[in-house]
Amino acid sequence: MSENKPGRKGSEPRQEMPRQDPMVRRTNFDEVALGYSAEQAVAEAQRCLRCKKPFCVSGCPVEIDIPGFVTAIAEGDFDGAARKLKEKNALPAVCGRVCPQEDQCEKYCVLGKKWEPLAIGRLERFAADWEAKQGRMSVPETAPPTGRKVGVVGSGPAGLTVAADLALLGHEVTIFEALHAPGGVLVYGIPEFRLPKSIVAREVEFIEKLGVKVEVDFVVGATRTIGELMNEEGYDAIFIGTGAGLPYFMNIPGENLNGVYSANEFLTRSNLMKAFRFPEYDTPVKVGKTVAVVGGGNVAMDSVRTAMRLGAENVYCVYRRSRAEMPAREEEIENALEEGMILKELHNPVRIIDDGNGWVKQIECIKMKLGEPDASGRRRPVPIEGSEFTIDVDVVVIAIGQGPNPLVPSTTEGLETNKWGNIMADAETGLTSLEGVYAGGDIVTGAATVILAMGAGRKAARAIHEYLMSKGQA
Amino acid sequence: MHKIIKKEALTPEIKLYVVDAPLIATKVRPGQFVVLRLHEQGERIPLTVADFDRDEGTITLVVAEIGKTTKEMGTLDEGDGILDVVGPLGKATHIENYGTVACVGGGIGIAPVFPIARALKAAGNRVVSIIGARCKDILILEDWMKGASSELHVTTDDGSYGIHGFVTQQMEKLIGEGYKFDFAVGIGPVPMMKAFAGVTRRHNIKSIVSLNPIMIDGTGMCGVCRVEVDGKTRFACVDGPEFDAHLVDYDLLLSRQTTYLKEEKQALERFEKCGGDCGKHE
Ligand SMILES: Cc1cc2nc3c(=O)[nH]c(=O)nc-3n(C[C@H](O)[C@H](O)[C@H](O)COP(=O)(O)OP(=O)(O)OC[C@H]3O[C@@H](n4cnc5c(N)ncnc54)[C@H](O)[C@@H]3O)c2cc1C
Ligand SMILES: Cc1cc2nc3c(=O)[nH]c(=O)nc-3n(C[C@H](O)[C@H](O)[C@H](O)COP(=O)(O)OP(=O)(O)OC[C@H]3O[C@@H](n4cnc5c(N)ncnc54)[C@H](O)[C@@H]3O)c2cc1C
Ligand code: SF4
Ligand code: SF4
Ligand code: FES
Repeated sequence: MSENKPGRKGSEPRQEMPRQDPMVRRTNFDEVALGYSAEQAVAEAQRCLRCKKPFCVSGCPVEIDIPGFVTAIAEGDFDGAARKLKEKNALPAVCGRVCPQEDQCEKYCVLGKKWEPLAIGRLERFAADWEAKQGRMSVPETAPPTGRKVGVVGSGPAGLTVAADLALLGHEVTIFEALHAPGGVLVYGIPEFRLPKSIVAREVEFIEKLGVKVEVDFVVGATRTIGELMNEEGYDAIFIGTGAGLPYFMNIPGENLNGVYSANEFLTRSNLMKAFRFPEYDTPVKVGKTVAVVGGGNVAMDSVRTAMRLGAENVYCVYRRSRAEMPAREEEIENALEEGMILKELHNPVRIIDDGNGWVKQIECIKMKLGEPDASGRRRPVPIEGSEFTIDVDVVVIAIGQGPNPLVPSTTEGLETNKWGNIMADAETGLTSLEGVYAGGDIVTGAATVILAMGAGRKAARAIHEYLMSKGQA
Repeated sequence: MHKIIKKEALTPEIKLYVVDAPLIATKVRPGQFVVLRLHEQGERIPLTVADFDRDEGTITLVVAEIGKTTKEMGTLDEGDGILDVVGPLGKATHIENYGTVACVGGGIGIAPVFPIARALKAAGNRVVSIIGARCKDILILEDWMKGASSELHVTTDDGSYGIHGFVTQQMEKLIGEGYKFDFAVGIGPVPMMKAFAGVTRRHNIKSIVSLNPIMIDGTGMCGVCRVEVDGKTRFACVDGPEFDAHLVDYDLLLSRQTTYLKEEKQALERFEKCGGDCGKHE
């Protein structure tokens, strides 16, 4: 390849991701993106310039050696690529699928200046899936037992990462999970068609192989408090990774009518409780003919696309700013539009109207225009007076965001939170206001991303290890 | 897996289960509940902890068989297991010595009233309990309530046992006879709780009810359990389940409980058709 003239290499178009046809996939829950073939992966990997100063790496919150793993793929050493990934990222099959790459690693790839950036996420997914397909699970050796016990609250990406890192260092780790299945948002929020649950199960299995105990059906703050775990059950340190699980509503009239869901409820019924297989599974969910989803983030896109797959014919996305401001990943907005989402940008719901029997009948919206930029730098949407109109709907899903669940802070004396209820933790170590208690992920930052939660978990694991070791031998 | 240690039919359609759940048994307090899931395909349903034995590590659940899940639970025997039991959830009842309190339980609501009455009595209250059922055959836990109360009144809607009438009529009558209640607890079907709130409002008695909306997680994550109290939306699983009886929007609660009537009927018919085996092992 070195005979290539500089500048030529990398100019080839990115390898397209094979996907299910939109009209077919909107009727099933199978994964939409099918993954690269080995040939495609090698061809894409060969576009990489193997930069001496790889800017892509600075865009990855866990600093994966991107040229390293990509080179391995280019050379056909897929095993080696998977190993390289695992050095920095315990969940490559997950991140390769759900990371907002366009804002992270791929945003900084030099190829993107002139041509298309390298498809780093797709290659990461390829290597991780390839390893899984071989039916191999390389379990690294763990350090000799330290005799120290760590409790991890929550089994989302933050909790799983902390648990894996600390187990590798020889600590005895137990994860406490409130729900009946581990994985956090990866199992109850993100749908099967974007992230198959078998992948999450595999990652959890890996962590269990490292010796981590997973206690499901255990609500910290209710079943036991953090104080009890530390003072009575002998935990030397605790990591809190409880996520942003509290659904926000808009506080508009009609929000408690039958047929109005929070996105959390809607997605939990479908994903965790498998309502899409009712009555084989006992939990039902309603969609009717027409659904309006309120919001413009990933959660809204997932709700829209779930509603279609559950059989809704018309699915609206009602968003108060314009498409350009939508916080969802571009790829997922495109997927949803291809599948038939009707986007009502610059629309804000003002009330939900009932049918006289306690059920939703219509949603009344007002048109918006973009005004001056607000504190976040985005132009503030302002209502256009007198522009109200109604849409007939059977179901409304509110996907305007989630906050921190107060259960742990309210039962842990001395644990400081900010004015929104997020736990205050040091950005470098995750240390909270209590000795031996660390926190990270969405519970600290507010709703963010999988990879940021993992990054926070990684930093906290390092700090927890130092803390435990500074206490001397157990 | 949580083993069923003991099962007893209180009536043909109300069963009592003593379930092995040591983590919950050592922590639970009156007013709290658990969420359980029978098996992998099962729904998560909330049930009040009617009694507990901290030493044995068991909790007691009293379950009215009204739909698919509760009827399927009825097919389990002693020694069988329940896949998931999580708790204790919800805020515990605030217990203090008010003076004279009324503990009013209707139908299956008698089960959750029992531990509250017992705790109020232990705190020094004079506990006047009024329990009732539609008819004699479906009245439950009379003996337990006798032990937990200073005074017990029993009503039946059809007069087949005890006093003829509703529990709320009996409460009204006692007040007319000069009973002065400093506090009251009322748990039962929504219309009963609404009537109870009417009585205590008329007589200016501070009172609480325990609400039973549909739930999933029971930890404040999904919002399905939202109720309106004093015009504000609250999540019954974490903010409740007990609320000031005078401030609850009962009609909204009733309406929201009917969300899945059609699907519940479908699930029940399917269950009854295949004799309890469908959905369990697939
Ligand atoms: C529908 C949806 C789609 C998303 N799509 C993307 C995407 O495409 N890309 C991306 O990068 N990010 C996405 N996100 C965001 C991402 O999933 C989160 O930022 C990430 O999961 C946060 O991880 P976490 O470990 O902090 O918490 P979570 O994943 O929220 O996990 C927290 C866990 O803690 C448990 N828990 C809570 N309280 C307790 C308690 N008291 N006791 C015990 N356990 C408790 C919860 O049950 C849960 O399992 C999405 C989020 C949602 C909801
Ligand atoms: C805090 C709380 C404590 C409760 N304690 C008891 C108890 O001690 N004993 C008892 O017999 N019952 C109790 N219930 C009610 C019990 O949860 C329901 O009877 C049960 O869920 C019905 O399930 P099913 O499948 O048998 O019936 P279904 O056919 O599903 O439902 C019949 C009716 O039960 C209600 N219901 C359905 N699903 C749920 C759900 N997930 N959560 C709540 N209600 C639902 C609805 O109003 C529905 O119309 C309690 C409910 C709550 C919220
Ligand atoms: S983990 Fe995410 S940000 Fe890092 S290289 Fe992979 S896809 Fe890019
Ligand atoms: S910046 Fe792009 S081309 Fe350079 S090493 Fe990273 S992925 Fe390869
Ligand atoms: S049951 Fe889900 S929030 Fe209350």
